[in-house]
Amino acid sequence: MRYTPHTPADRDHMLRTIGVDAVESLYRHIPAALRERARIDLPEGLTELAVRKRLAAQAARNAASGDWSLFLGGGIYHHFSPSAVDAIISRSEFATSYTPYQPEVSQGTLQAQFEFQTMICQLTGMEVANAGVYDGASAAAEAVLMARRIQPTSRRRVLISRALHPHYRAVIASYLKNLTDVELEEIPFDGSGATDIEALTQRLNDRSMCALVGYPNFFGVIEDLTSIQNACAKGGAQLISVTTEALALGALKPPGECNVDIAIGEGQSLGLPMSLGGPAFGFFGSRKKFVRSLPGRLVGETVDAEGRRGFVLTLATREQHIRREKATSNICTSQTLCVLAATVFMSLLGKTGLRRMAEINVLRAHEAFRKLRERAGLEAVFSGPWFNEFVVRTPRARDTFTKLAAKKIIPGIALENFYPELKDCLLLCVTEMNEPEEIERLVDAFAE
Amino acid sequence: MEIPEGLKYSKEHEWVLVEGQSATIGITEYAQEELGDIVYVELPEVGEKVVKDDPFGAVESVKAVSDVYAPVSGAVLEINDVLPDNPETINDDPYGDGWMIRVELSDLDDLKDLMDAEEYAEYVAQQKEENDDEDEDDEEEDTEEEEDEEK
Amino acid sequence: MSTPSPNDPRPRAPAAKLLFESGSAGRSAVLWPAEAGRVEDAIPANLLRGDIDGFPELGELEVLRHFTRLSQRNFAIESQFYPLGSCTMKYNPKLNETVARYPGFAQVHPLAPPDLLQGALALLYELERALAEISGMDHVSLQPSAGAQGELTGLMLIRACLRARGDPRKKIIVPDTAHGTNPASSTLCGYDVVQISSNERGVIDAATVAKAMDESVAALMITNPNTLGLFETNIEAITEAVHASGGMVYLDGANLNALMGIAKPGHMGIDVLHMNLHKTFSTPHGGGGPGAGPVAVKHVLADYLPVPRIVKRDERFEFDESAPQSVGRVRSFFGNFGILVRAYAYILSLGGNGLEEVSRMALLNANYLRKKLEKSYQIAFNEPCMHECIFTDRLQQRSGVSTLDIAKRLLDYGHHPPTIYFPLVVSGALMIEPTETETRETLDEFIDAMLAIAQEAKDYPELVKNAPYSTPVRRLDEARAARKPVLRWEPGSSEGQ
Repeated sequence: MRYTPHTPADRDHMLRTIGVDAVESLYRHIPAALRERARIDLPEGLTELAVRKRLAAQAARNAASGDWSLFLGGGIYHHFSPSAVDAIISRSEFATSYTPYQPEVSQGTLQAQFEFQTMICQLTGMEVANAGVYDGASAAAEAVLMARRIQPTSRRRVLISRALHPHYRAVIASYLKNLTDVELEEIPFDGSGATDIEALTQRLNDRSMCALVGYPNFFGVIEDLTSIQNACAKGGAQLISVTTEALALGALKPPGECNVDIAIGEGQSLGLPMSLGGPAFGFFGSRKKFVRSLPGRLVGETVDAEGRRGFVLTLATREQHIRREKATSNICTSQTLCVLAATVFMSLLGKTGLRRMAEINVLRAHEAFRKLRERAGLEAVFSGPWFNEFVVRTPRARDTFTKLAAKKIIPGIALENFYPELKDCLLLCVTEMNEPEEIERLVDAFAE
Repeated sequence: MEIPEGLKYSKEHEWVLVEGQSATIGITEYAQEELGDIVYVELPEVGEKVVKDDPFGAVESVKAVSDVYAPVSGAVLEINDVLPDNPETINDDPYGDGWMIRVELSDLDDLKDLMDAEEYAEYVAQQKEENDDEDEDDEEEDTEEEEDEEK
Repeated sequence: MSTPSPNDPRPRAPAAKLLFESGSAGRSAVLWPAEAGRVEDAIPANLLRGDIDGFPELGELEVLRHFTRLSQRNFAIESQFYPLGSCTMKYNPKLNETVARYPGFAQVHPLAPPDLLQGALALLYELERALAEISGMDHVSLQPSAGAQGELTGLMLIRACLRARGDPRKKIIVPDTAHGTNPASSTLCGYDVVQISSNERGVIDAATVAKAMDESVAALMITNPNTLGLFETNIEAITEAVHASGGMVYLDGANLNALMGIAKPGHMGIDVLHMNLHKTFSTPHGGGGPGAGPVAVKHVLADYLPVPRIVKRDERFEFDESAPQSVGRVRSFFGNFGILVRAYAYILSLGGNGLEEVSRMALLNANYLRKKLEKSYQIAFNEPCMHECIFTDRLQQRSGVSTLDIAKRLLDYGHHPPTIYFPLVVSGALMIEPTETETRETLDEFIDAMLAIAQEAKDYPELVKNAPYSTPVRRLDEARAARKPVLRWEPGSSEGQ
């Protein structure tokens, strides 16, 4: 059988050693009523070649970025990933090892995570960062739970910008629904496409626990974190910044410099393939004084019995395997190999390369928008500054999709699906992966 | 095993030093030995009320967290501010520099439920015996199994 | 560096540096072509950052060498036997890696129109059905990113269902042998946790459950086989007792590798369970993820499953967001799709017969180990084990050698240790799960190592107590890491020696 190496001779020897005559004896103590109905009714196993052919055919029925021109963002981004990233995460020493509970034989994973934590701090400007969580959306939910641990019980209201990614808002709602002391409140966005700071300020009071805004937000707009943070600080609420496009932090002022309390986001842009939205990872940074309230794994530096530097999982008493029902979260398996991919990616791009990549996104996207405005007459819906995603209004958005699909172009996301009030609006994203000639075809298609 | 006279002891292995209407509280040498290297101490704030038999804080080692229970009720007058940066002080000197909190006693009767040094020494000896008994039972089982195999 | 001498032949290769301790200003491994324009013309300067201080500046070979060397400091399934109990460290097939990387799976955007994602939706739909068949349940959601998130989702479903009946209830019953994620997930879901004890044979009595059940208990979370590697033989009476009081039963499916073709959770009275694709279904552990923790439910909970659901209408697949009673979303988009592709390829490769054989061989390997080790190590329970077996360190403690010491000494023998000190009900637990992909010869090597260590524990206990000797670092000071946490590199911190 595939992957199980036992020959008849192996079986015989092992059964004799155990002292039974058949493998079935090993589970004879299971109630017969269960054993008799346990057959798994699935087709025979396929050969490797047959699996490859079948799945290749299935894969061919999806619009992939090699064949299609994608101008899609909305929380997952089409970015360049150097070949070296996949080469390293394909090493079996990284891919087939387990969570580093035996640190002496996991220094590879642990050191890489320590380097990751460091780079997230450098990128976000926060004092401390964990070793990653499942995705940006669950990071947002965990951030709210963390604020709940830190703030007094009199503060239990969560203010969430409507311009925050709809999936993230949904996940926060699901997680918080079961904790009956917390109330969620939505803050509207205004004509600039950013959170209405006046509305936010009005809602901040002595019962506010925290506020969440995108940075950039779902519309690609860059929020004024400094002003929002001032308002929150005055109101005694914690500010959580949420970055779905991690590359933006290569160009934008880091949330830490805007004095936010918790900075989280999605790391997929940092070298992970789009892969229909997963796996990638959520990153999570905070002020140092909150470190014992952080969810997820933390890797710390220490020394061994001979004074050599080494790394270990630390502050584990926060976690489920020790604290059980009082743990800061329930996270066990996380997204470590994806975090490694991002660590490699950030090492390859480096200090100058990551910044330049972010700048190219800004330049190319703004240039594309200029062309769409001038040659196809598309108008910006929002007035705020933006990174690499923007919203335009186009009549008959549905027809546009059909027409451009025939040319193998996907012109963004129809916002109506998420925001009923934004009819005929498209959210377009332009990255360094959209070649100038591709952008020309997009503009021409709109101009027709 | 050090068990100073002049202190009172609880079943949860806390010690109490009574001085008039106030009491200083910590954990015993037995407790710190069981815990191993202490890495973090959670203490209440000054002014907080502690309630007899309820946890008032926690002591963490690398692999475990133990609640610390109030042997008496009262209001916190002082906390040991050495402990946040140097939690290992509890390991080094559990009855002296490793004290945790000082409270104003709300009810002197609470002291009646505590043990004196001799009683606590017996209690600790009993606890240790119980642990050893478990070992002995297992050893007896081993002996029986071996006999079966020889047949 | 100390001076070499005939008496000190220790290796002198430089110690592992951090990324930030190497490189040179201005180096980067990625060259960008020139792009016209100035960023300040597009975005106001006050919104822009300065340099990313401290970020690495390395060439490509430097980066490759750095991470390749790091990888060589890891044990992994493909280098060492890795018998971690309840982790199911089986072979991670390369075929799965190949297919997950097909552009039609890896280079697709989740918000593309569903008409352009039919291959992906078909895969999700078929995987759901396969997992339903394997577990004997009715419906599946592939959204949860890991087992723990699956648990949280399952508990959310229970809560939603009971609330819809007007009776949300307050508590979850969890056995003393449960994995820590069980009570942690319960708390996250707003429940109080009540612990019940297993009996002296290591399983739960139906009477214990019946006694703990009342109208404030929403559910029992149970693992079967449990974390002692024992089948919960009273499972049917247990689930009956829970249902009789109006509660529901959650199965932690982490140990599913023991059950395929042997017993289906759907027939045991389970209402909802999660499966760990990175355990039973061979997707790689990655040093701690990514995994996937799909949930499977009976009809009674179907309405509450996360959205979107994958539905088939005529011959087309669609995302259906329209479930009004759904608990909502637990993650962005559709789950860890890349992991789902790998698990699907595995199921296609094994087929029904192959999966049944997996569990049989898992049991064979575990019982072989049990038999060979039970004279030298005290077995925790003298019962037939399923896919894993548990020993204690009682015999070795006679000379002061503990489970931790045995684990560390195993590293010198080139094996990853079993799970240690879990579950908590067994003192000094050594939980060994070989999985079905190991040969008899590998098991014999591991047995030889364990027997040798048992002998060392008698003859030279100090040798064992100071192990390991052959690893890049030994006996790291975890107390120091917890007392004075250093969680990032800072400029100016001294280089590791």
